[in-house]
Amino acid sequence: MIRRVLAAVLLAAAAPVGAQTFAIVNGIVAKGDGSPPIQGGMVVVRDGRIVAAGDIRMKLPAGTPVIDATGKWVTPGIVAGFSRLGLAEVDLSAEGADDTTSNGPFNAAIDVVPAINPLDTTVAVNRADGVTRALVAPSAGRNIFAGQGAVIDTGADMDPITAPRKFQFVELGQTGAEKAGGSRASTHILFRNALREAGELRRFAAPIQAARASVPSELEQPIVRNPNESRVLGPEARRSEDVLLTRFDAAALVPVLQGRQYLLVHVERASDILQVLELKREFPALKMVLVGASEGWLVADRIAHAGIPVIASAVNDLPASFEEIAATQSNVGRMRAAGVNVSIGMIDDNDTRNLFMERQYAGNLVGLTKIPGATGVSWGEALAMITSKPAEAIGMGGEIGSLAPGRRADLVIWSGDPLEGSSAAEQVYIDGVRQPLETHQTRLLERYRYLPRRDLPEAYRH
Amino acid sequence: MSNRSWIALALSAALVSGCAELAPKPKPAPPVRLNEDPYPSTYVRYPGVLTAIRHATVFTGDGQQINDGTVVFADGLVQAVGGPELASPAGAVEIDGTGKYVSPGIIDVHSHLGDYPSPGVTANSDGNEATSPVRPEVWAEHSVWPQDPGFSRALINGGVTTLQILPGSANLFGGRSVVLKNVPGRTAQDMKFPGAPYGLKMACGENPKRVYGSKGNMPQTRMGNIALARETWIKAQAYKRKWDKYYRNGGDMPERDLAMETLKGVLDGKILVQNHCYRADEMANMIDMAKEFGYKITAFHHAVEAYKIADLLAANDICAVMWADWYGFKMESYDAIKENIPLVHNAGACAIVHSDDPNYIQRLNQEAAKALADGERAGIPNLSEAVAWEWLSRNPAKALGILDKTGTLTPGKMADVVMWNGDPFSDYSRPERVWIDGAEMYDANDPKKRPVSDFELGQPGEGDVK
Repeated sequence: MIRRVLAAVLLAAAAPVGAQTFAIVNGIVAKGDGSPPIQGGMVVVRDGRIVAAGDIRMKLPAGTPVIDATGKWVTPGIVAGFSRLGLAEVDLSAEGADDTTSNGPFNAAIDVVPAINPLDTTVAVNRADGVTRALVAPSAGRNIFAGQGAVIDTGADMDPITAPRKFQFVELGQTGAEKAGGSRASTHILFRNALREAGELRRFAAPIQAARASVPSELEQPIVRNPNESRVLGPEARRSEDVLLTRFDAAALVPVLQGRQYLLVHVERASDILQVLELKREFPALKMVLVGASEGWLVADRIAHAGIPVIASAVNDLPASFEEIAATQSNVGRMRAAGVNVSIGMIDDNDTRNLFMERQYAGNLVGLTKIPGATGVSWGEALAMITSKPAEAIGMGGEIGSLAPGRRADLVIWSGDPLEGSSAAEQVYIDGVRQPLETHQTRLLERYRYLPRRDLPEAYRH
Repeated sequence: MSNRSWIALALSAALVSGCAELAPKPKPAPPVRLNEDPYPSTYVRYPGVLTAIRHATVFTGDGQQINDGTVVFADGLVQAVGGPELASPAGAVEIDGTGKYVSPGIIDVHSHLGDYPSPGVTANSDGNEATSPVRPEVWAEHSVWPQDPGFSRALINGGVTTLQILPGSANLFGGRSVVLKNVPGRTAQDMKFPGAPYGLKMACGENPKRVYGSKGNMPQTRMGNIALARETWIKAQAYKRKWDKYYRNGGDMPERDLAMETLKGVLDGKILVQNHCYRADEMANMIDMAKEFGYKITAFHHAVEAYKIADLLAANDICAVMWADWYGFKMESYDAIKENIPLVHNAGACAIVHSDDPNYIQRLNQEAAKALADGERAGIPNLSEAVAWEWLSRNPAKALGILDKTGTLTPGKMADVVMWNGDPFSDYSRPERVWIDGAEMYDANDPKKRPVSDFELGQPGEGDVK
């Protein structure tokens, strides 16, 4: 019955020009929602969205392209849980190629959107490996607040932004202490002061908006949709004299304070995590997500109780700093077992480039289930941690990260098990649009795979 | 019998000859050989038992795969390797390797464990003597902190049994490397691989010119890199001539110069050149420089563009030490391709997978798996898991000058053996047991068979699975 209805819907829909309606059949389909993979599954896509996926059989309108994925795996595209993709083409000694960090006068007001370059080769390299979306955060410059991050897609087009200013990113651990003048105590007072300044601005800002009419309430609409065109600059928006933030930066924190913009908080040390949980009690409206949390397993129950999601480093197991003394690859599994909503990100781990490592890391977490004393995760959970879970952490689970009906059709057909680094993405779709998988690297391979001298130099091979 | 007493003798002889001109010219004092091993290895293998692993899939490390294989070791050495027909010696502890894989221990030729240890704090940052671009006098072993927790992770998660610790790449001449057995010790000497030759870390490209150019010093350019390196080799040649003459004829001992002693060791062929070099054109320059001054380059490390000159590397018998897929972190890594390792292998050159990283050293098998898969997809012929294992143990042993001692499962070689809980070319597999010189250093099923560094004692997570 349901199948028939779906088929009818498909028939009825007059596909707009350029829209892709197609089905993928006979593949091993994993939906990215934590469930195990399904043999001989089917995925149906229409107008850039998932119609249905999994153990289904759907009658398709005549002429619908059908892709046979026999022997292949089909999953949602990888969602890089934390990254700096599109912000740097080259990291070191390459002027103009790195926009990750701003050492200018602003902090919380910074918005990564103008810095993202969808034509960076890093975007193509990750697209070719099945990464279709990424949370992109700025790096902290002079302040604990790094600025506002976005969700992007990796499509081969000039419109990379899925969700601008989706979250604010703040450093509250060792890096935060360095930015705050050398101590965590200073970090926390800076943080509280920043929220105080934002709160003050909010009080003054509300009447301005009301005066402009047609805005129903402060809570219905964020004061700052875009801090680069802030509305709180009028003379009525008076401020106290003892301010540390610029007006732009304070304005940018208003939606954080209102719980309208997620606050991603980087901490690693167990005691730092507890301090963040304390902030949540003090400012209940904050929608916080922990980033890093290498010692999270030591306080996993309390993170779970607070209901704060974690975007963790998957396989950190070295006491690389004094805030990661208890790091273990079992961290993710133990937090998961305690009921924490965990996903995987590339926290300070080749975050501008190597997001394709996430699926290898996810495979490693599955491998831990075979190690006595270690805590791993199931295959389905591991895939979810690099697809739906990071999307859910910032409230975008209804839009990206799984093959549930209505989600954006970000799909990868893999040569084999995607959690094996040896498998490759053979077809990649973003919003239902098939993507080119050629990169700077694949072109170099073509040029140099045979070295014997020919009639013209290598530069003529293109 | 110190050098000093010989020098005193020579001086007095000279005085005597000055006073009695008519006396027959005295014979010059015989030459005194300098001690070339003043910080000798104190490594002693730990006890093991006569062991036979049966019914495992065995990668021998030299390109062979034995299904239902048998590996026998005792007295620290591999005794026999074969199929199911190979009998266990009487009294052997038999290990059922059904479903498991056995390989030689992984050898990482490029690590900074101990000289850039965890935690990565300034107090322990001992990898780059970045005070002059020419520092061949420093020795990495004098920076190695044996309590670096990273050694244990490389062992238990990575199956790494031998590793070369290198100075960093800030300098054109970074200093001597040291080869270690991944067996915890109280001192670096306790870990030192007996009989392994020294290496000399050299660097070309961005790092030296960035570090010194930014201070307004030479080198500021790539041409400055080469010029300063050539000037240094010219001095080294003169130093070598002086000492060769002394060793030939005796007489007054020349003044020692630690920096030049290392370079003389290279010119004598006793110290292996481990050359950090990314770009194809720069590797070609380094090859010409080696020919100009009569030394051999053993390996190019981080050879991201090796695929562009794989034929040149093969012709000059130089190993290329590579990552599977690192790229873009600086300009000289911009042209990285994922098929670099298999393309170099296919050209007949010596391909090696390395880490340069305390995390990647725990997953070198997975890095090789990616490179193998990328090579097979590109249609490169004659690749297999067994062949790819050459990149992890045999070729690294060759590049360290220890292939006669380890790197393959060959009777008579050190029993450096890993038993994996599944195919090591899978992200799901890990070492289950690791033996070094036949001594069991790790057993996943025994929490006591797992090293815990001094640093981690009493800390949260002590003895955890990590």
